[in-house]
Amino acid sequence: MTVLEQRGSSRNESHWPAPPPAWRPRVDPAPLLPDAEPYRLLGTDAAARVESGLLTELYGHLVRGRRYNAQATALTRQGRLAVYPSSTGQEACQVAAALVLEERDWLFPSYRDTLAAVARGLDPVQALTLLRGDWHTGYDPREHRVAPLCTPLATQLPHAVGLAHAARLKGDDVVALAMVGDGGTSEGDFHEALNFAAVWQAPVVFLVQNNGFAISVPLAKQTAAPSLAHKAVGYGMPGRLVDGNDAPALHQVLSEAVERARRGGGPTLVEAITYRVEAHTNADDATRYRTEDEVEQWRGHDPIALVERELSERGLLTDAFAQQVRDGAEELAAGLRDRMNQDPALDPMDLFAHVYAEPTAQLREQEAQLRAELAAEAEDEASRGRGAAHDTTGKERP
Amino acid sequence: MTATATEAGRKPVSMAQALNRALRDAMADDPAVHVMGEDVGELGGVFRITDGLVKEFGEERCGDTPLAEAGILGTAVGMAMYGLRPVVEMQFDAFAYPGFEQLISHVARMRNRTRGAMPLPLTIRVPYGGGIGGVEHHSDSSEAYYLATPGLQVVTPATVADAYGLLRAAIASDDPVAFLEPKRLYWSRADWSPDAPAPVAPLGRAEIRRPGSGATLITYGPSLPVCMEAAEAATAEGWDLEVVDLRSLQPFDDATVCASVRRTGRAVVVHEASGFGGPGGEIAARVTERCFHYLEAPVLRVAGFDIPYPPPMLERHHLPGVDRILDTVGRLQWEADRTEGSGD
Ligand SMILES: Cc1ncc(C[n+]2csc(CCOP(=O)(O)OP(=O)(O)O)c2C)c(N)n1
Repeated sequence: MTVLEQRGSSRNESHWPAPPPAWRPRVDPAPLLPDAEPYRLLGTDAAARVESGLLTELYGHLVRGRRYNAQATALTRQGRLAVYPSSTGQEACQVAAALVLEERDWLFPSYRDTLAAVARGLDPVQALTLLRGDWHTGYDPREHRVAPLCTPLATQLPHAVGLAHAARLKGDDVVALAMVGDGGTSEGDFHEALNFAAVWQAPVVFLVQNNGFAISVPLAKQTAAPSLAHKAVGYGMPGRLVDGNDAPALHQVLSEAVERARRGGGPTLVEAITYRVEAHTNADDATRYRTEDEVEQWRGHDPIALVERELSERGLLTDAFAQQVRDGAEELAAGLRDRMNQDPALDPMDLFAHVYAEPTAQLREQEAQLRAELAAEAEDEASRGRGAAHDTTGKERP
Repeated sequence: MTATATEAGRKPVSMAQALNRALRDAMADDPAVHVMGEDVGELGGVFRITDGLVKEFGEERCGDTPLAEAGILGTAVGMAMYGLRPVVEMQFDAFAYPGFEQLISHVARMRNRTRGAMPLPLTIRVPYGGGIGGVEHHSDSSEAYYLATPGLQVVTPATVADAYGLLRAAIASDDPVAFLEPKRLYWSRADWSPDAPAPVAPLGRAEIRRPGSGATLITYGPSLPVCMEAAEAATAEGWDLEVVDLRSLQPFDDATVCASVRRTGRAVVVHEASGFGGPGGEIAARVTERCFHYLEAPVLRVAGFDIPYPPPMLERHHLPGVDRILDTVGRLQWEADRTEGSGD
């Protein structure tokens, strides 16, 4: 039942004159309330509708994504990444989010969504720059239409709304897809973004990856709503609930939302029910707040295994194809490993390069100070080098 | 700054009208300029700074937003990312605070975090300061919060001509600007021709409003007229005060300020914001660091008390007035100067 139906059916007659209309009711008849159960395709009869081409494409991305997550996590152990929030188990959300967008569309990721950026075509090293620690953003957002990875929770959502709104004002049929976690939906920026988007009918899709936890805090302590998708209703936009491990289902729901936004139908809130199989980041100890049983249950609903089963039922999971996919994933991982094992070339003067278009007098002074410090350091090192050279030349070799 | 009609075509114009004119001209010159905020449409803003813009440019270019400061600033960030130049209005100083997360975490850093790939031309207009008898949360001097945020420019006009020129410059800047409008000067008038508006003032230049030789009053925004009055009154004591109007707190014009202090040898910083942790501490420290050997007295401050902004019936005790400025100037050891001579 939609909210509109509810409103109609629960009207009670009054003998007082009706109050003047104080607000414009939403006229779009699209139902706002999400279905009670997450939308699924794989494992249901409807799976037959999914095109084989899409299935194989998703599969390739999922396997690469899993390998990418494993490689990035390994890089934290080698000290090559300062931190890595893994999306293992959530690859279907990451991949579907990237694949439903056209080149001209924009992706607004959070810190966990580097895989979505990579699936969109971003160089993985550039996607990981923030987490490696050599700069805050490793790419030109305008070139790739991927906003900088956002660390403060939910703050990227109003950016997505503003950008989508601006694109529409310019007459461009650009859609913005913004990603946020379940914890992020409690932030004020989430609510303000949804409200602006609905009021402006901005072409935005909000994708909530509900992976069960905000670091250690379970969803039940985050919200009392029946689902996060329900939150859409109060703002006047449709909410959709989808199995976040079912890649083709996600692809379909997100595509519909993107399409709706593109033709002027306004924003949609999509909640994907998924699970964070690894800890919050490599620095977190997940055993303190959840049981291995729970994790095992979710491993039984793995996004890659789900697609694999459908592919093999269709006879598409040939050895050659599986090998080709694995090779591609290994190639990605090897390239990432090699390039991340090189020390990045850093220029300390960059610290002052991008604060203002024109550096202020104060920044120029500080720049000169740092330059002098670096020169003194270099001279020190050189003279130590000379000293060491003296020592060795002055000493008799044993 | 007085309201006298002189030559033909020039007439008394208020600061509010000059700001309105600046917005109108900026929007006419550049279709990327969009004005947004609470009540900026049909109402023209609670101070009427955006009066008539919606009629002239339509709702898309001058639009009422939902009532949500983080939403206003956050969506403006996205709009700027797509090539627009949003000018947002925060209705009152203290109501901008819900937007500070966006301001600090994103507005001020976008250029930096994208290594220059994504400049953020965004002007945030904030009516600020007291002296208008406002109830709680309508009189804060919030400049220190903006000033403590690298990546932001902080600009505050004190004259009608500057209101126009600096706002044009702020909107034209490729970096975000917190444009602080001294609301008690909104109705101050000057003889100014709106048909030939003043050229756009560059950001980051201070202006000497009154030359003098005995001491420098360093001030900005709402305190400028008070300092001018104090400087006039000081002549009765035989004190010849120079008044420097900073106009921009970030970038800060060390050159003009320090040249003045080196000439006069004495300095007093005057502002409404609370003294402790306020801009005056930073300014006094800079002046001391750069002019120590020229100084004949410590750099003093006249600031608001270190209290939450007081209720309107008490605000006159809080705000720096002429007497408090003159008392402070008196503490610069003038007698010693006169009897013993200077320059030792
Ligand atoms: C505004 C803000 N507050 C706190 C944090 C610290 N923090 C980082 S991740 C996180 C949990 C986020 O959980 P959720 O939104 O569910 O996303 P997930 O990490 O599960 O993808 C917290 C509290 C933050 N990044 N931003």
